[in-house]
Amino acid sequence: MTKILIPTPLRKFAGNQPSVEVSGQTIGSSIAQLAEKYPELRKHLLDENDAIRSFVRIYLGDEDIKSLDGISTQVADGSIISIIPAIAGGIM
Amino acid sequence: MVKTKEVVFSRAEIERYSRHLIIPEFNIAGQRKLKAGKVLVVGGGGLGSPLLQYLAAAGVGTIGIVDYDRVDDSNLQRQVLYGLDSVGKLKVDEAKKRVENLNPHITIRTYNTLLTSENALEIIQEYDVVADGTDNFATRYLVNDACVLLGKVNVYGSIFQFEGQVSVFNHTHPDGVKGPNYRDLFPTPPPPGLVPSCAEGGVIGVLPGIIGSMQALEVIKVLSGVGEPLSGRLFLFDALTFTSRTLRIHKDEANPLTGKNPTQTRLIDYVQFCGAPQIEKEHEETVAVKEISVSELEEMRTSGRPHQLIDVRESHEYEIVQIGGELIPQGEVEENLEKIETEIPVVIHCRSGVRSAKVIKLLEEKYGFTNLYNLKGGVLAYAREINQALPTY
Repeated sequence: MTKILIPTPLRKFAGNQPSVEVSGQTIGSSIAQLAEKYPELRKHLLDENDAIRSFVRIYLGDEDIKSLDGISTQVADGSIISIIPAIAGGIM
Repeated sequence: MVKTKEVVFSRAEIERYSRHLIIPEFNIAGQRKLKAGKVLVVGGGGLGSPLLQYLAAAGVGTIGIVDYDRVDDSNLQRQVLYGLDSVGKLKVDEAKKRVENLNPHITIRTYNTLLTSENALEIIQEYDVVADGTDNFATRYLVNDACVLLGKVNVYGSIFQFEGQVSVFNHTHPDGVKGPNYRDLFPTPPPPGLVPSCAEGGVIGVLPGIIGSMQALEVIKVLSGVGEPLSGRLFLFDALTFTSRTLRIHKDEANPLTGKNPTQTRLIDYVQFCGAPQIEKEHEETVAVKEISVSELEEMRTSGRPHQLIDVRESHEYEIVQIGGELIPQGEVEENLEKIETEIPVVIHCRSGVRSAKVIKLLEEKYGFTNLYNLKGGVLAYAREINQALPTY
């Protein structure tokens, strides 16, 4: 199992959970599982072509997946995936 | 970056800064660099409050403050630089007054303006380091790009609800290599549609104090050259679970400013880059639906004309203030169609009229309603024009 850490601004789309367990073999399949489980999260993470959005970073452990193999990066059992959203301030 | 040989201190300054001077790694050499240093704080708000106070107290010689706004009651929950006597006054003037009272040995410059593509380079070029304490994506990209174009360090801090981020961008390492910048981390901002609306904004009051203080620390480290700045790394703080992490940031070859094939050599239109502000965009939708004013609503109510009033805000907003409408939050409207009258006029309202216009559009287009009216200006207008005793938020 892999733990995906959900950042606080997106937690309301993930049942208010700080983390969600998935069983994907790669980053792509792990994120897809997450988006399937919580459909409201999808548009915040993936674009129309299922690519990771440019205002969200995905990390495996302490490394940005862009410096690894992107969404094809293999995920070992017990890994931690983090979602890092762009935030700008609290006033709308 | 700063010539410090000629920096001298008065006896009063030596006494004031003695707790810096006795740190072996910092000492008078570090203090000289602070005094010679020039820092621009963009935004005199939640992040700017601790930034300005700590930078001034620490003895940064020249501090610039950019802010176009006035102090509002609702700022005091987190903007601890201000007090009741500041409400209604210009933030830059109040900030200057407070900070000068804290340290008379430094120079404060104020810019009572919005930072724009037209003035950013001119203002920023006067400084060594910029501390970004803004509250919107357009200004964040502007600050980043201006710092990259001018070769200035950008000490970044950002907050939203319970989430905090800190990094040091565009910092030159001792080996001469430039660290990453904001566009390496987030190439483009979220489109306006994915930026939380007024129903989901907000920030827990202490968080900007924590994050802004960390920014102040990094500014002091960058100026003094003491320690390792948070360059090439992103600090994340989750205030809900009290968890923090520090992740690596890599340079992006596709960065339009500093990538392999740079395409951008000047500032751009950041409002356009970040998408037109949601309010303006949605205003078009607002005019596309039928509206009534708060005084027309009041007339309906006092004359007893049959109508239904529906409040499409969230329940936590309803708890703050309500004007007698039936609560059906925006996201639950489609599940509650049977509650909406079809034979009498139905007035739909939210806080300012944006969400209610969206709901009306949906109900008209998808379900064929024809009896819906948007309450112009929402609760805010009602509290302003009809019942001034109501609180606003």
